[in-house]
Amino acid sequence: MPILEVQELEKCYGKTPVLKGINFSLNKGEVLSIIGSSGSGKTTLLRCINFLETAEKGRILVNGKTIFDADVEKPHTLEEKRQNQLMMGLVFQSFNLFPQYNVLENVSLAVKLLAKSRPGFKQNKKQIYAQIEEDARAIIDRVGLSDKLENYPCELSGGQQQRVAIARALALNPQILCFDEPTSALDPELTGEVLSVIRDLAKEHITMIIVTHEMSFAHDVSDRVIFMDDGIIAEEGAPDILFKAPKTERLRAFLSTVLSR
Amino acid sequence: MFIRVTLSLLEGFSTTCLIFVLTLVMSLPLGLIISFGSMSRFTPLRWLTKVFVWIIRGTPLMLQIITVFYVPGLLFDTPVKSRMTALLIAFVINYAAYFSEIYRGGIESIPKGQYEAGQVLGMTKTQIFFKVVLLQIIKRILPPMSNEIITLVKDTSLARIIAVGELIRAAQDYVTIGYIWPLFYTGVFYLIFCGVLTLIFGYLEKKLDYYKG
Repeated sequence: MPILEVQELEKCYGKTPVLKGINFSLNKGEVLSIIGSSGSGKTTLLRCINFLETAEKGRILVNGKTIFDADVEKPHTLEEKRQNQLMMGLVFQSFNLFPQYNVLENVSLAVKLLAKSRPGFKQNKKQIYAQIEEDARAIIDRVGLSDKLENYPCELSGGQQQRVAIARALALNPQILCFDEPTSALDPELTGEVLSVIRDLAKEHITMIIVTHEMSFAHDVSDRVIFMDDGIIAEEGAPDILFKAPKTERLRAFLSTVLSR
Repeated sequence: MFIRVTLSLLEGFSTTCLIFVLTLVMSLPLGLIISFGSMSRFTPLRWLTKVFVWIIRGTPLMLQIITVFYVPGLLFDTPVKSRMTALLIAFVINYAAYFSEIYRGGIESIPKGQYEAGQVLGMTKTQIFFKVVLLQIIKRILPPMSNEIITLVKDTSLARIIAVGELIRAAQDYVTIGYIWPLFYTGVFYLIFCGVLTLIFGYLEKKLDYYKG
């Protein structure tokens, strides 16, 4: 059973259709890259899956269970939406770290807030928080920032900030980790360190959806690639086939423009 | 003579401080409520709030004090009993309107990404407000707030037009018996008060200076 199924997803901004019926599925441990020119709907798709936008049509299933269905009369409560969002993790293009918290606090804040609703929280608050911080340190170590625990985001480079953002998303142990152009806001010499962290996660078989403009990275890291064009999935397949033998004229044109840069 | 003047000015100054403190205590929370109104998605409420803020900011505080104090008596034959109450109503409404705009500016200046980051991390709306954006808002509104609060210190002198015995009024009692210098002497009180406030706000800004953004 796929971990994620997206069926017939449609979304408009005003009168402009952005997603025109998106269907795909994702298996546990799979890494899926989404490529395509700007305005093709990649980011919107990711935002719909993370419930930052509400799709107008379609369904989203996680582990075979429908967690979103646009046709259901009863709108989702805020609590349901929050629970759904917890299944997903999202790393933003612009990091969106919390500026007033240091690295350790950024990574552990949401986990600590979530722990408050655990049974027996009040009696064991100290141990629970200590455990959370220990876990947070371990995750920060995974992204290679153990020496920056006490630093504030403004003291870090863009690449370091994005690695903290990845650690922050990982801390909640999401079923699927999504990346929205994680290196687009970075200087070229800083993209490498972020991409290598994502490569490591792929080796650990963390289920990921990556929207990216880094074609060679998408080729190396992905199990499958989706090419989006004008709100639809124009082509889908294994990276070797998709990049080396594109079937559609659109993908051929897209690849020749991005690869010639 | 100097000590006698100082003592009676201090008495006036205690009223000045009372107006200052009570106005702040009431207008700071009221301003927040008004700012929620001016950011409401319910259009009639938003417009009502905007018109209210326009009227309050568009007319002199002095006129507002006179209106609150005299108009109930003129219209309904029920004069306001306490001058201090009338004065505080006018001050609180006036300052709440200004504060509401400062709050609104602060709240709207927080990037949407901060709220979205909180959302995808599974935080509730309340948690996002208190744990993520509140401190950032406070950092941003501190400079305009300190400006407005320092203005309030000096605006308290408007109280004398409905004969509330504050600092300027206390000095003017001496002018009527031929001494003008106590009036200038009041300046020292205002300067010290504002100086202390400047130091406090400077300290708070410095405290929040540990991060940027």
